[in-house]
Amino acid sequence: MMNRIAPFALLALAVALYFALPYNLAFLTRILIMAVLVLSLDLVLGFAGIATLGQAAFYGAGAYAAGLFAIHAWADPIAGLVVAGVAGAVLAFISGLIVLRAHGLTLIMLTIAVAAICHEIANKARDVTGGADGLRGIRMEPVLGLFEFDFVGQTGFWYALAVLAAVFTFLTLLTRAPFGLSLRGIHESPERMAAIGTSVYWRRVAAYTLGGAIAGVAGALSAQVTQLVSLESFSFTLSAEALIMLILGGTGRLYGAVLGTLVFMFVHHWAAANDPFNWLFVIGALVLAVVFFLPRGLVAVPTALKRLGGQNAGS
Amino acid sequence: MQGLEVRGLSKKFGGLTVSENIDFDLKPGDRKALIGPNGAGKSTFSNLVTGILPPSSGTIRFDGVDIGKLNEAQRVKRGIAKTFQITTLFRDLTVRENLRLPILERQGRGFAMFRRADGNGETEAEVAALIDAFALEPLADKRVADLAYGQQRLVELALTLALKPRVLILDEPAAGVPSSETHLIVQAIEALPPDLAVLIIEHDMDLVFRVAAQIVVLVQGRILTEGTPQEIAANAQVRDLYLGGHGHD
Ligand SMILES: Nc1ncnc2c1ncn2[C@@H]1O[C@H](COP(=O)(O)OP(=O)(O)OP(=O)(O)O)[C@@H](O)[C@H]1O
Ligand SMILES: [Mg+2]
Repeated sequence: MMNRIAPFALLALAVALYFALPYNLAFLTRILIMAVLVLSLDLVLGFAGIATLGQAAFYGAGAYAAGLFAIHAWADPIAGLVVAGVAGAVLAFISGLIVLRAHGLTLIMLTIAVAAICHEIANKARDVTGGADGLRGIRMEPVLGLFEFDFVGQTGFWYALAVLAAVFTFLTLLTRAPFGLSLRGIHESPERMAAIGTSVYWRRVAAYTLGGAIAGVAGALSAQVTQLVSLESFSFTLSAEALIMLILGGTGRLYGAVLGTLVFMFVHHWAAANDPFNWLFVIGALVLAVVFFLPRGLVAVPTALKRLGGQNAGS
Repeated sequence: MQGLEVRGLSKKFGGLTVSENIDFDLKPGDRKALIGPNGAGKSTFSNLVTGILPPSSGTIRFDGVDIGKLNEAQRVKRGIAKTFQITTLFRDLTVRENLRLPILERQGRGFAMFRRADGNGETEAEVAALIDAFALEPLADKRVADLAYGQQRLVELALTLALKPRVLILDEPAAGVPSSETHLIVQAIEALPPDLAVLIIEHDMDLVFRVAAQIVVLVQGRILTEGTPQEIAANAQVRDLYLGGHGHD
């Protein structure tokens, strides 16, 4: 039930926000882009159970790939998304071959290391990437040759929303498919998965690669919409924040990823505006509250309320 | 030779020898039991055969082919499957999903991304047949975690049969199952395809004597003796072992 309404409710919410906050389109677009990144993390962590703190590596790879592709080759946005998706996938595949041999804490450390190495390479290769100044001079052609990127950010918003909806739909199909079922199987019991003849390692590599592609698409969106790529796109902070958003919303349910992103970004926006120095406390308190009271994340709120209501009615 | 052929198999954990120079055959249609006291190395032996553990030395052939280099998943693909001593299922998935997964994997559909997992007629027919054979219909859409342990053991057996194995190793299939329900396990074992090669590791002697045609006795990693149930029952050494206070569950 929830699963069926959720996508439409989220879509309606996005459209409502567009009209409610017409002067904050850049902020809203940023939320949509983050949601794509957090969805990629939900595939990797929520479904495949791969603990990672380095998802930014693929986001950054996608962002730089899209930026460079637009500057040096072709400024078509959709082509840029494809190139960035491939870049994210290739990096995830190659690094995944190594890091996915590890488990637990070692795995987490290795994912952090991969993102850190990418950060350092982008920093050193300033001739190509602009180094710490960031990659500038990205000028995009109209989306589908029709929609010019405008100053207010209307095109950017609808473009990002369309990509988010496409990614969400793709992941919904994926999680209902045999591949998605096998990822849940691996998450539940890797031993049993191996005992039914599955190469758990290769299945994980495949999920990680797909997650890398989607994170790359998120990076490309950011590069195209803001016309800028900074070293921040490889940062540990970005990986960690994406993880917090996912945990806030609830893992393994896709719409939890979107909800978590929305809540985090709004709380962050509001708290940082009110108190630029202490906004982290607010986020911290929010995460603690969710972890303690709603271990399955904010998506569990309706069920929790229902249970509360049921208890009251019963007693 | 058809079936399994184990020669000189040994396994050491550090200084501890858990399997020592084991020779063992299992042919299509065999019903063999592996018995022995706690810690004799029975589970270890099954883990060596299925590829969960690497042996220290020795060879394992299947249908005349050396499978020693194959990993667990590859051996499953060849047709060697086992149930675990401690139920190992997808606890948060339903019974139906637990059965669907191994079938999809066996059919090579595990990577399919754009069709529904429950949308393949062939797969679903197999799922339905297994549910039927194990009388799991009333439980089919429940989460496995919500099932009683005896029911979980049945699901584990059904799941393993979903792989259509040619060699089936059952590691204490009745362990933890209330005695009122053991008959369900016995029935399920008796109903196994006749040409399947079955090795059953079990402490419950009633069950062993009901289903096994051959019994292998393992003590401290070594095969003590092997024979028909009558021969084993008459064997003084085995009697000592089981009645002489070396203890089993
Ligand atoms: N991974 C391991 N590392 C070290 N020792 C192990 C390991 N696995 C098993 N052992 C030891 O090997 C011996 C045999 O264990 P195994 O589980 O094979 O016995 P078993 O015959 O199946 O016993 P049970 O009837 O209790 O199931 C035991 O002494 C056990 O402690
Ligand atoms: Mg054992």
